Amino acid sequence: MSLIAFMGAIETGLLFGLVALGVYISFRILDFPDLTVDGSFPLGAALSASAIVAGINPWLATALAIGGGALAGALTAWLNVRLKILHLLASILVMIAPYSVNLRIMGKPNVALLGETTLLTPVENWAMPYYFSIPLAFALLLVVIMGLLCLFLKSEIGLSMRATGSNSRMARAQGIATGWMTILGMALANALVALAGALFAQSQGSADVTMGVGVIVIGLAAVIGGEAIMSTRTVVLAVIACVLGAILYRLAIAFALNADFIGLKAQDLNLITALLVTVAIVLPGLRKSWFGKRQGANP
Amino acid sequence: MMTPIKRSLLTLASSALLTLAATGLQAADKHLAITQIVEHPALDAVRQGVQDELAERGYSVGTNLKWSYESAQGSPATAAQIAKKFAGESPDVIVAIATPSAQAAAASARGIPLVFTAVTDPVGAKLVKGLDQPGRFITGMTDMSPINKHMALVKAVVPGAQRLGVIYNPGEANSVSLVTLVNEEAPKQGMSVVEAAATKSSDVQTAARSLVGKVDAIYLPTDNTVISALEAIIKVAEQNRIPVITGDTDSVARGAVAAQGFNYYEVGRQTGIMVARILKGESPADMPVEGVERVELFVNPGAAQRMGITLDSALVDSAKSVVE
Repeated sequence: MSLIAFMGAIETGLLFGLVALGVYISFRILDFPDLTVDGSFPLGAALSASAIVAGINPWLATALAIGGGALAGALTAWLNVRLKILHLLASILVMIAPYSVNLRIMGKPNVALLGETTLLTPVENWAMPYYFSIPLAFALLLVVIMGLLCLFLKSEIGLSMRATGSNSRMARAQGIATGWMTILGMALANALVALAGALFAQSQGSADVTMGVGVIVIGLAAVIGGEAIMSTRTVVLAVIACVLGAILYRLAIAFALNADFIGLKAQDLNLITALLVTVAIVLPGLRKSWFGKRQGANP
Repeated sequence: MMTPIKRSLLTLASSALLTLAATGLQAADKHLAITQIVEHPALDAVRQGVQDELAERGYSVGTNLKWSYESAQGSPATAAQIAKKFAGESPDVIVAIATPSAQAAAASARGIPLVFTAVTDPVGAKLVKGLDQPGRFITGMTDMSPINKHMALVKAVVPGAQRLGVIYNPGEANSVSLVTLVNEEAPKQGMSVVEAAATKSSDVQTAARSLVGKVDAIYLPTDNTVISALEAIIKVAEQNRIPVITGDTDSVARGAVAAQGFNYYEVGRQTGIMVARILKGESPADMPVEGVERVELFVNPGAAQRMGITLDSALVDSAKSVVE
């Protein structure tokens, strides 16, 4: 694997780390199976790309994307909490709707950003090759976001949100407005995913309406993979695990792309993804039963 | 004494060694890396065309040409990683098939000659500044249909047509560019345009039905969603006697009246010529973006009859292929 390919995998991994954090909030903290991300990822890309092409400051454009993602997430939660639509179905509705919305926003299926001034333009002028500077910038951003997320999850609101996810009836009995907590958490989750979409469009040079396909699978693979490789006993560890999972996933893809010697090709990627996720899901259980047996043998 | 099995194994091993040594000596004079967004018959044909054209020009895969091919399987994130993989390998030329792969390669390749192909609107996709002067390290081929010719064909097939129906998927970048052009060109031939959108193949029949009574002819651009559900349109068209003209020649054998198109294998051949020129030392910055040169007319008189018209005999005579 070349250095550029390796750093490229890190770069994409860090971006999908944001997606993983979003998925962690919805799936793990709120216990809300949320497919909205397949829609909020391209929504973030579409909003930021269209705004940048229209001459809006890239920071503002990216903020717009974050806002759009938050709205999408809040909408999914609102459909579930207020209109009592099954959570999976609610998220599917908000997953497909952005397709049309994105076409309206962009006015066409693909908005090119090659040569435009984006958030990453100044980063490329840092005193190092672009394939170092962009991952470094993403890493710095991610550290800040992970820190803020940990602080938030340990705050009173964050604790209420965690209580909502783990036992909503008990949480309600404690006077927590669980409906609002769900809406807030889902908005936060999809804001992170939309930010990832916006940054992905800016680093890849285009926003495309088909961009969201499979984002949820990558996010889940990252969360579950992260949980498989390290302990997630505390919130801080869990957040780190998500991001590590995302990076490992992209490294696995890069490895598959470079694994000509064992006969793996890009054509096999989807299969590898499925295998990876399956192994990641099964592994913790196996480890437990293995340790369990050993303890049984030596009491 | 060697047993026969041992001896044949030895021969096998030594011949394998010899082959290895031989390829090792000749291998990899030039390196071409090819990235494709998804496996798809048209895009695969482009790739085959590139390979065949290069072979004809003395670059054959495995002997004096190293050929790295990756497909992103529809995922832009993977396309980005493929682009970075290739950027790290510094091949002599990168060939990118279809717009998302080309954009990813353009963002990563930085200075490695890049030839895009099967891209409809390279200026809109910001791959090049202008078709005549690409200016950077990027050039390639556009597969934009010659819509003016197609509109003239509609008029030749249905001389009285005043209202033209167009069915397309608004989610396909290609189709949107094509329909924009149809809206510009059709009025020049005295036709107004009625659009019908289908975002997935199961919507195509509904879209076709929505045109019944509103149009005198239906034109189908080279839209993957629509062409994959062509039979649904043919059925509606035959029932309601509306002639169907397309930009996709394969559709004629499936029941469309006429098409004036190109095949993607030829697009690949023409791309291969550009790649060979770069391998010989030309700079992509000096090579204008090329359009498809060979357009062929396909007609189907039987389908015309089923759709209530008779094809002009001069038109049928000028066709490259007449489907009986």
